[in-house]
Amino acid sequence: MPNTSRFSAKSVQRLLLHLLCLVPAAWLFYLAATNGLGANPAEALLRSLGDWAIRFICIALAVTPLRQWLRWNWLAAYRRMFGLYAFFYASLHWLAYVVFDMGLDWPSIVDDLIKRPFILVGTLAWLILLTLAITSIPKLIRRMGGKRWQMLHRAVYGAAALAVLHFWWMRSGKNNFAEVWLYGLILAALLAARWVFQKRKQMQAAAKAARA
Amino acid sequence: MLIRTHNAGFDHGSSSDITPQHLYMSRRELLKLGAAGGSALAVGGAWAQAAKSDGTQPMSTVRSTVPGAISMETPTSFQDASTYNNYYEFGLDKSDPARYAHTLQTRPWTVKVEGLVNKPKTFDIEELLKLSAQEERIYRLRCVEGWSMVIPWVGYSLSKLLAQVEPQGSAKYVEFVTLADSKTMPGLRSGVLDWPYTEGLRMDEAMHPLSLLTFGMYGKTLTPQNGAPVRLVLPWKYGFKSAKSIVTIRVVEKQPGTAWNKAARNEYGFYSNVNPDVPHPRWSQATERRIGEGGLFAKRHKTLLFNGYEAQVGQLYAGMDLRKDY
Repeated sequence: MPNTSRFSAKSVQRLLLHLLCLVPAAWLFYLAATNGLGANPAEALLRSLGDWAIRFICIALAVTPLRQWLRWNWLAAYRRMFGLYAFFYASLHWLAYVVFDMGLDWPSIVDDLIKRPFILVGTLAWLILLTLAITSIPKLIRRMGGKRWQMLHRAVYGAAALAVLHFWWMRSGKNNFAEVWLYGLILAALLAARWVFQKRKQMQAAAKAARA
Repeated sequence: MLIRTHNAGFDHGSSSDITPQHLYMSRRELLKLGAAGGSALAVGGAWAQAAKSDGTQPMSTVRSTVPGAISMETPTSFQDASTYNNYYEFGLDKSDPARYAHTLQTRPWTVKVEGLVNKPKTFDIEELLKLSAQEERIYRLRCVEGWSMVIPWVGYSLSKLLAQVEPQGSAKYVEFVTLADSKTMPGLRSGVLDWPYTEGLRMDEAMHPLSLLTFGMYGKTLTPQNGAPVRLVLPWKYGFKSAKSIVTIRVVEKQPGTAWNKAARNEYGFYSNVNPDVPHPRWSQATERRIGEGGLFAKRHKTLLFNGYEAQVGQLYAGMDLRKDY
């Protein structure tokens, strides 16, 4: 039956993408288990997980522009999945901070949050992603309704901006901004692409209206 | 084969400092290798086990008698101490210096000592190596980023060199200028700091016996990534105060600018003494992570005032507000 075969091809595609998204986590787990994280494993793990969190935010935000410009409509089905992987890596990043960097010393963690704004900013970004992840449960999406869900999920731009700010702040004072610029530019380009597409659609609609 | 005696190299101070198993095992590996291949392997004591073709040479040393010079803590492995480095001239990543610093040309090398001194002089590195007995000192090294190591350095008190040039009465500070060679140092392109890297000490800090003019570590000459051929080590200050690959030492009257202070004045003060009570804007300084200790789940250590050298250096800062003069 053609329907079943199409269904299974899609499942294979989905499964492959899941595996691909899990490669960084599996690799880091392997390195951690085999003493391969270098002289300061806690720092290496923390930083790699942070890198992957911001990379997945970029990937999730790239879905719509890619769909619009390259007409890769099949990607749309995976936007939520990439977003959830951003949350997954951000959560591991936060857990690595709490467990390996701070040794679950909660008074010190609270102290850190108050005294070091870059940690507060990172935590806020994670809380936004947490909210978006919870409201991505299918039942809740249906209950919220498409419009409201979409409104709320625009907060991902806020999370992205806070993540870049968090990264910038962490690197400031050591003046090592190359990677911060890279992610900042990617996110700015993705946002600009959306804006350009929107403008173009408006102009096309206006032209259509004028013709009619 | 060179066999070291008690007096010629690192000497374990107590039974708790028994050679770690991995060093012991790798020495056995070396011995097996030597026996099997009949190759002329020189094992220069416990530390030389990791000697590769990194251009380092074994050094003969005496045990230091300077108070506080020998920490009894378990030294960090040579592997960690020579692969996890901040040396921005060779890149911003901790692994960059070990990867790229082999381009550093350490011969010929001279150190110019100038400024408010009666006998300014340019010293050849060979001359510096012989200027005084090379002492082994095991210092705690604390980085401003919140990690620490225990490293057996080789060198002699900086005061021995300064005595040679006779600082004048008006001399209040010492400025250190390090190599900035764009041909061999890819990191200079980054523009992260105002090159060349400079550092400074007050005269009494420079004259303190613990201030070590350093030529080696782990019984061998310094690796390029650790600041060959000559660097400073100031155990009571954050690591960045200990300038690497020094080319000029200038005795001056006014407090000199320092590279990190110029880059971020509010984060890196002139003194930069290790102090658990003065947090860095992005790192609490209350605790530190000892590199190589127990992996991911290792507990952090409490930071000690002056990195644990308060008894030796505390009087240098009597009456000073260390929150203001951080």
